[in-house]
Amino acid sequence: MTDTVNEEAADSAPSRGGFADRDPIFGDSPEGTDIWQRVPYNPDDYGPVEDYATDFDHADPNYNPNAPGVWKDLRESGCPVAHSDRYGGMWVPITHDTVHEVAYDTDHFTSRAVVVSVGRPGDMALPAPIGGVPPISSDPPFHGMARRLLLPPFAPKQIEPWEDEVRTLCRRLLDDMGGIVPGETVVDAAVQYAQHIPVNVIGRMLGFPEEDEELFREFVHVALETINQEPGTRTGIDDLGKYIAAQIADHRENPRDDLTSYLMNVELEGNKLSDEHVGGSIILLLIAGIDTTWSAIGSSLWHLAQTPGDRQRLRDDPEVMTFAIEEFLRAYAPVTMARMVKEDNDFHGCPMKKDDWVLLPFPAANRDPKQFEDADKFIIDREENRHAAFGLGIHRCLGSNLARLELRVAIEEFIAKFPNFELAGDTRWSVGQIRGPRELPVRILAD
Amino acid sequence: MQIHLDAEKCQGHNRCYALAPELFDVDDYGQAVLIVDGEVPTELHDKARLAASNCPEYAITITQES
Repeated sequence: MTDTVNEEAADSAPSRGGFADRDPIFGDSPEGTDIWQRVPYNPDDYGPVEDYATDFDHADPNYNPNAPGVWKDLRESGCPVAHSDRYGGMWVPITHDTVHEVAYDTDHFTSRAVVVSVGRPGDMALPAPIGGVPPISSDPPFHGMARRLLLPPFAPKQIEPWEDEVRTLCRRLLDDMGGIVPGETVVDAAVQYAQHIPVNVIGRMLGFPEEDEELFREFVHVALETINQEPGTRTGIDDLGKYIAAQIADHRENPRDDLTSYLMNVELEGNKLSDEHVGGSIILLLIAGIDTTWSAIGSSLWHLAQTPGDRQRLRDDPEVMTFAIEEFLRAYAPVTMARMVKEDNDFHGCPMKKDDWVLLPFPAANRDPKQFEDADKFIIDREENRHAAFGLGIHRCLGSNLARLELRVAIEEFIAKFPNFELAGDTRWSVGQIRGPRELPVRILAD
Repeated sequence: MQIHLDAEKCQGHNRCYALAPELFDVDDYGQAVLIVDGEVPTELHDKARLAASNCPEYAITITQES
């Protein structure tokens, strides 16, 4: 089907429709295969963004560090939907109303690609409406069936029992930081702490070797942060396909009680899932489950490093954590998704063309003063909080219960060990659709 | 006070179950289930309002509030 077949993995995995020789995802096939089409956009022709209303680029290195200011400027200048010629044409609803409307409108917007890049799925790419990484890339009616398979392992009562393991992991990471001299020791709360938590948990849920965690982080980086690289050169994505194919083969030979085996055995309308479907869903779980939660933990600690009052409140009144977690998620929502325009249509006066990208910045919706009182203010006990951090509508984050558990336990354990800490140097923010600190040096202070 | 859950609108955000477990349970798919027959006991009125005002999908409504 494509000439990017991975021979090594194809040899090791029995052919059953073959995940190993599946269509690559995320724009990773050479031009001309009809699987992914290079969009008419050369990043070199564009400089840094000067006007987000007409030249929006979420991959501009200045965007994530300053995103709340960008959204505020756009809203206040009366621009509910920004535009960009980048990526072959992209629209960006900014207000809660417009984000909400696109998220609910599966008639005019398709999810077959949810990460904006310089490649977009061609007409041959996806046996619609399944998509490469079901169910996030699926549209109704297939979406509902594929999603229903994955809901039970992520339902609240299945996730709750993971709390002890998450807590043990957090404590181990904090202990691994070694001797602390208050007022002097600087630790990196993103590199030494936040990034390890979700990767460890999802790896264990899938039944993958713990020593492969670094590999997963690299996959996630390539998939989400190298969106301006040429299709076919994003080699890390090819490696991800190989890796997953090998894991599926291993689970076929050695079935065990984990999420991978669950996916290989579960039935959809009386049939087991194809390897493509299993592999696509695993890629989704790996990618969606890692840097998203890591970002939420990092951003929350970034906030707490600057707000002694909020740290004290969490110490004095642990009950407030229920509301604090939701406020962290609202104010620092990490995830922006994307859609593609199905057919030419007019959206509030915006002439959207078939195959244009539409970014869905849920974090911007969460800062809309029309929806939230004092939207740019962090209110640790905010009682009314219909935030959209986990999306709105049928694609609500499948892992939201797990993410919330990891975020709560990670914050609880960090402040239990280090009640006082402050920023110590430059925070480095991610690039692209997932927003959060990638480097977060903090100085530990005396209790 | 009457509380109503629109199961069609529920997307399993799980906010109601977290905030008002006396009123809501979740099924095996993580979808909300109302466990009172619509009438909310007086001592749970605050929790009912909290659940309704935190549902991102506006799936919970309260009526006949005195």
